[in-house]
Amino acid sequence: MLDDVIFWTLGVLAVAAGGMVFRFDSMARATYSLLLSLLCVGGLAILLGLDYLGVVIVLMMTIEMAIMAVFMVMFMMNPAGLMPMSMLHNKRGGAALCAGVFVLLVVGIVLAPWPERAGRADGDPTMALGQSLMGPHMLTMMTLGFALFTTIVATVVLSTRRGRYDRLGDDLRARHADDPVRGGIGR
Amino acid sequence: MTLELFLVVAVALFSVGLFGALTQQSIVMLMMGLELMLGGIILAAAALWHYVAPASTDGQVLIVLAVTVMAVEMAIGFAIVTALFRAREVDMTDEAAELKG
Repeated sequence: MLDDVIFWTLGVLAVAAGGMVFRFDSMARATYSLLLSLLCVGGLAILLGLDYLGVVIVLMMTIEMAIMAVFMVMFMMNPAGLMPMSMLHNKRGGAALCAGVFVLLVVGIVLAPWPERAGRADGDPTMALGQSLMGPHMLTMMTLGFALFTTIVATVVLSTRRGRYDRLGDDLRARHADDPVRGGIGR
Repeated sequence: MTLELFLVVAVALFSVGLFGALTQQSIVMLMMGLELMLGGIILAAAALWHYVAPASTDGQVLIVLAVTVMAVEMAIGFAIVTALFRAREVDMTDEAAELKG
């Protein structure tokens, strides 16, 4: 009974907060609305018995949305939401497409012959996940590790003001920096 | 609580996120739509793990994968927005149609 109440509360709140993300005029409010929606997703994961992953989702989304709020202020259109405005384009077409996707997927969910529950959850799902990632799913973990490392390098390269090619100019054989302003490494 | 109910909530989140990703003008807001879509995928994976194959860890691994994708998407997305804004002072999807350097 209590689980049902928690499920309906978190489920409705997740979808409603998700919808409000695109209704608010203020980007700051939209960020916190998205945070609320994703925290509800974390709560639902905990409700399903995934305590560790649920807490990871909650912690990660809190930090992620805090960072997102900074970028909202950097690239804002109307951060305080003091003026009503629309940040949407092709609203009607997008809404129709999304409603179609929703109906199609719900029909699939209702009609699909879902298999019976096979087996029982391990007493400690977190331990089972760790052993799986370090055993049969080691390749997945290694791929994720490389992807994260590549992301770190790519984000630094993308966000630095001047890269190697800017400094040395178009000629990759150049040995001296082609600084646009004197006084740099090229002097 | 049933598998179907969890999946309907997941699909609702995915559809709302899709609406944002398709219609938002601001690139940062577009990324918020993608985050919502991934949130729906995480919820669906958790529900499938619990109701279909709790003995297997595949559902949990899928969640780890989706959470990592969320982090990567946000980091790369913000880096691209920063680079784009520096190069052209553009932060809107309509103005970022041309990606040549």
